[in-house]
Amino acid sequence: MSVLTLTIDEHPVSAKPDETLLDIAHQNDIDIPTLCHLDGLIDVGACRLCLVEIEGSPKLMPACTTRPQEGMVVRTNTDRLKKYRKMIIELLASEGNHQCAVCVVNNHCELQNLAYAVGLVYVRFPYLYPKKTLDATQESYIIDRDRCVLCTRCVRVCSEVEGAHVWDVAGRGISCEIVADMNQMWGDSDACTSCGKCVMVCPTGALIKKGANVAEMEKETDFLKYIVTARQKQEWVGEYLKEH
Amino acid sequence: MTVEELRAVAQREQLRKQNCKSRILTCQAAGCISCGSKETKDAIARGLKEQGLDKSTEVIGTGCMGLCGDGPLVIVEPEGTLYKQVDPLLGSRIVQEHLLNGNAITSHVIPPDDPFFASQQKIVLEHCGRISAERIEEYIAVGGYEALARVLTEYQPQQVVSEITKSGLRGRGGAGYPTGLKWGIVQKAVGDQKFVVCNADEGDPGAFMDRSVLEGDPHKILEGMAIAAYAVGSSQGYIYVRAEYPLAIERLRMAIKQAERFGLLGNRIFESKFNFRVDLRIGAGAFVCGEETALLKSIQGQRGTPRPRPPFPSESGLWGMPTLINNVETFANVPPIILRGSSWFASIGTPKSTGTKVFALAGKIKNTGLIEVPMGIPLRDIIFRIGGGTPEGTTFKAAQTGGPSGGCIPEEHLDLPVDYESLATVNSIMGSGGLIVMDSESRMVDVAKFFMEFSVDESCGKCIPCRVGTTHIHGLLEKISCGKATQEDLALLEELCVMVKETSLCGLGQSAPNPVLSTLRFFREEYTSVLKETERFIPSTSNEAATPHAS
Amino acid sequence: MKSGGNRTKEHPSGDNRFKLLDRSITKHQSSGSALIEVLHAAQEIFGYLEEDLLVYVARALRLPMSSVWGVATFYHLFRLKPKGKHTFVLCTGTACYVKGAGEIQHAVEKLCGVKFGETTPDQNISLISARCVGSCGLAPVAVVDDAVVGKLTVTDAQVRVDQWKHQPEEIAQ
Repeated sequence: MSVLTLTIDEHPVSAKPDETLLDIAHQNDIDIPTLCHLDGLIDVGACRLCLVEIEGSPKLMPACTTRPQEGMVVRTNTDRLKKYRKMIIELLASEGNHQCAVCVVNNHCELQNLAYAVGLVYVRFPYLYPKKTLDATQESYIIDRDRCVLCTRCVRVCSEVEGAHVWDVAGRGISCEIVADMNQMWGDSDACTSCGKCVMVCPTGALIKKGANVAEMEKETDFLKYIVTARQKQEWVGEYLKEH
Repeated sequence: MTVEELRAVAQREQLRKQNCKSRILTCQAAGCISCGSKETKDAIARGLKEQGLDKSTEVIGTGCMGLCGDGPLVIVEPEGTLYKQVDPLLGSRIVQEHLLNGNAITSHVIPPDDPFFASQQKIVLEHCGRISAERIEEYIAVGGYEALARVLTEYQPQQVVSEITKSGLRGRGGAGYPTGLKWGIVQKAVGDQKFVVCNADEGDPGAFMDRSVLEGDPHKILEGMAIAAYAVGSSQGYIYVRAEYPLAIERLRMAIKQAERFGLLGNRIFESKFNFRVDLRIGAGAFVCGEETALLKSIQGQRGTPRPRPPFPSESGLWGMPTLINNVETFANVPPIILRGSSWFASIGTPKSTGTKVFALAGKIKNTGLIEVPMGIPLRDIIFRIGGGTPEGTTFKAAQTGGPSGGCIPEEHLDLPVDYESLATVNSIMGSGGLIVMDSESRMVDVAKFFMEFSVDESCGKCIPCRVGTTHIHGLLEKISCGKATQEDLALLEELCVMVKETSLCGLGQSAPNPVLSTLRFFREEYTSVLKETERFIPSTSNEAATPHAS
Repeated sequence: MKSGGNRTKEHPSGDNRFKLLDRSITKHQSSGSALIEVLHAAQEIFGYLEEDLLVYVARALRLPMSSVWGVATFYHLFRLKPKGKHTFVLCTGTACYVKGAGEIQHAVEKLCGVKFGETTPDQNISLISARCVGSCGLAPVAVVDDAVVGKLTVTDAQVRVDQWKHQPEEIAQ
């Protein structure tokens, strides 16, 4: 496969054509904030945090779905981008009920970390105070839709990796929410295997383990990479199975 | 069917028409139907029967005749007399006085030199209101499917693409992407199968151009699609039409069936190796599905949420296959370009925006209806010459183009030529062709709020800037409108609008702030005059601040 | 797994309308990509999309339940609740807005005591707002019990709705 060269933030870097700008940036220790992206899941380009400037392109492009081109000049951290990232987090903060002090993922929350990273100190927009539902009918887990940022990682992990497709997005616009099966209680879901992958990939306190206290729960998302790679390469499949 | 058979059908139909002493055309488009044109048609038919004229005179229902505000419209041929506001009573009088006694009822005749028609040039609408949309023979008699025949018997696919490229035709859905270039990309793209999709999800409120074409001349769209399919190498087409247009759906279904029966859709068309089928897909009420990637998802039965491009549908569209998507009006331009040549088409309009554009005139304007004008015509001519200006006693304030993605254009920019580039310079867009006139009664903050309410309601919710951003823009406009906002709120509104415009995922989000940005640019004092002072304390019970300024 | 295999058998409820629905499903070869077409058919046959009906469709097309619910709630023309006896569909397009659809909206809402998008508690009147119905030349436009009414005035709208209010049974006055 051919190798391309391009420039990211003044650094010359090399890339394969099928990688994304985000992959390439990460390989070269260039940090681009993300929220809906997760290694192992198909990218949707929805959160707009990883937008980058590309010389010659009038539009900002999401790094997670944009492929490199020879000679491309990419900027990931201009003042304009920083301002927009901060505003995106500000919008998210106003949309849900994100009271960190009483959240089980306090100090282990991706949204909270992003807010620190972009330097968000106060929110200029009125809080929307959603009145969405909390569902604790599942035996081990809880979904609190007021803390959901609609990144759809749970939807994708359940469909792409677990293959159960319990979750999907319902409604549209500002009233979008994540639903289980036919908009029923999670505990009543026939499709759910209780595997907990959705809980582990959720960036906020929207999907949590039962019994965890405030600031107790840490999420682990690396497992996904291993599962997906192992599946692609059939790493965990016994030799006799591979042969047959 | 062979080319000779097609011509024989045309001749038979022309002969049949000549044998009719007169023909009465009644507009049966949605606009006229809703003011009773069905009853008018029945009354005329009854009148003819009573007078014994039903053998020599034919009554047919046609598509839109243009002047929707004066419906129901009726044309008496061969004289070509156009009557307005023909209720059933007048319908029977026309039979009696015009047909029997030979005297036109002058009080209801629209003269052919009426300025409404004078500046128009019809390519897309050439048959609308002239032929019955329900009989394929009538379309064939006016040269229908002749372009397809020519392409299949004389052209290589590459020649078709180059003809369209040379014509300078640009996408009529709003963005104005060069059509020939798009066709060329799909033609060169590699895929087991390719698709041709007609975007008939005309969702802009105030726009009814596509609906009129679909209702009035559906075969033209099928022919345009078939030519495109031949050019790009596709054998399957879809028309995605909104469910709000039941009549257009019915006429399209009928047209597809007839074309199949005549062998103009299906296998081995004109005895060539070319096969092409068309299926309808009905929308279910989502504006965002007009965006091409959302439209593709909807055709595949999914939530109509857009995805980032690239990959563009021309490389990876329906089921991952190369897919050509064009708008109704774009396809309607294709047969005339093939028949009359690309240089003829390129000579109309301006060098960068060739051909004509159909506009739907509505709002505070005397002549509401459907018009087609050459590109580059000044807006002022459209509104004041063709449209007749605002009704008596009111003054023009702004023209809104491009629907919720466009902007409001004030008086001082009315001499702007209507083309893709010029409209963009004033924060508006050509859009699909809705043109709504506002007079001094319209408060621009409220107009912006109206459009933002639309965008909030139609946002798919996938990306954060559009989902949450439009909600807050609407909230800020509400606050300004009722006099509770400060200078800081206005600054925040502007900052947020620019951010939503630059960061949203799809065209809907990226253009959603346009109505705010354009009204802020041209009618800023309407925003600033209702701001309250920042520092001063105003008790929350004070309603004075909420009183709108004099309108 | 529950498959669509036994779907051609009689529906347990004995409801014959399912046969009609099955015809539409078969026409589309039980393909998941025909979901929107099938939901249109289901709504036409049953009037609205009840949860059980959606489950039936999901199984017949072999789609995840949540996908079907996601699609049914994404598109505004799909109704999850029954419609009232009468419907007043007000066009909220730009031309109608400029010509005063807003005042009609407020007047009708006040008269019915429910907002657009809702149905009166007695299931008598549904107020529905429509995106442009494409009759802008006649703005403001409403579709009153399936008849398009152009150049509508506030009083005209009130009279029409008021009639419905007094029609059904003895309403205490």
